[in-house]
Amino acid sequence: MTAATAHQTAGPYWHMIDFPEWADLLRAGSGNEGVQGERITLMGRITDGEGAPVADGMVEIFQAGPDGKYEDVFHGFGRAATDSDGVFRFTTLKPGPVPGRGNAMQAPHIEIAIFARGLMQHLVTRAYFEGEALNATDPVLTMVEDPARRRTLVAKPQGDGVWRLDIRLQGDGETVFLEV
Amino acid sequence: MSDPIPYRRPDPATQPPLDSPAYGSTHKRHPKQPLLRIPHTLTETSAPRFDASRYPAHADMSQVNGKGALGERIIVAGRITDEDGRPQRGVMVEVWQANASGRYHHPRDQHDAPLDPNFEGRARIFTDDQGNYSFVSVKPGAYPWRNHWNAWRPIHIHFGLHGAGFAQRMITQMYFPGDPLLDLDPIFLSTPDKAARDRLISKFDLEITKPEWALGYRFDMVLRGREATPFEKA
Ligand SMILES: [Fe+2]
Repeated sequence: MTAATAHQTAGPYWHMIDFPEWADLLRAGSGNEGVQGERITLMGRITDGEGAPVADGMVEIFQAGPDGKYEDVFHGFGRAATDSDGVFRFTTLKPGPVPGRGNAMQAPHIEIAIFARGLMQHLVTRAYFEGEALNATDPVLTMVEDPARRRTLVAKPQGDGVWRLDIRLQGDGETVFLEV
Repeated sequence: MSDPIPYRRPDPATQPPLDSPAYGSTHKRHPKQPLLRIPHTLTETSAPRFDASRYPAHADMSQVNGKGALGERIIVAGRITDEDGRPQRGVMVEVWQANASGRYHHPRDQHDAPLDPNFEGRARIFTDDQGNYSFVSVKPGAYPWRNHWNAWRPIHIHFGLHGAGFAQRMITQMYFPGDPLLDLDPIFLSTPDKAARDRLISKFDLEITKPEWALGYRFDMVLRGREATPFEKA
């Protein structure tokens, strides 16, 4: 057996592979035209251990469609650059609940991967949606015992279909990152 | 429905730690809390389907509109397998790099080295049924960075891989054999295991080399494999 190749940082010049249209999962040509569902914006601000914005981050999302299925009718991949204030923004459809292990059901969630200068490997977290009944029994959320830490995984509605999840890489309010 | 077979957890020595003190940018960007290890679900074992019709391939970085880029033309080729040696087909490979002078076609790169109008420095390819990929480029140049006094990155090409599971997603860098900067580079050196580090160094390959045209380098990559036995039911 050969161990998996070592990760290396995406560095400061990853924008060479930034295609800003990828932040809109509903764009013409995405393959998602005509998929029925609740249109949402997922946005947030990424900050570092000093609270400074991470202005050179690459954020990828992967999610199920409104039907709770991966890559069936909905192509659930997006990529966005953080702006000078550390903010990322995606346009997508709200995912449905996804089967977990055993008989568990996972609450609707969007997997988030963060790449940047200074990240030797990408960081993975999830955005859940505040107010979902399934959050109370979700297998990942219930692994986080501290309610304050659990809240770092739950996006809050801002009105007009906008959901916000700020991400803190280090320190006060540090986001729960997942080892996947 | 049966549970998905999880991916194997990496041996930490074979991966660079998030807290790599010699690389200054990690200081304020690494989480201090331990990562939460979660059992793999469909979210981790599924992956985006990158249809080549929507994500068109582009395998030749050595020219723009038929005009050749400056520098030493190279072919980079290799095979992508998983940890059990199984070829990984249909992997979308994203590539980006500096030009032969060590300058990125990127507005934030202010290094005082010339841009090349015939070099953009990005490619996208897909592995074939045997897990093979290849692309054409020019050998990138070394460039300075401000991590420490007189710091220079060894010449490298950035690779992004999209496998069959989102848990296999990874970004890495390919280096070149014999580069004296490797032994001084905190990013390259951050991976503790020497064998794992050395696998990031491509090999000159005469079989990939094309006479009168381009030097060939081989760079094989390995994605995470699956656990041998299914995760026991809760
Ligand atoms: Fe680079």
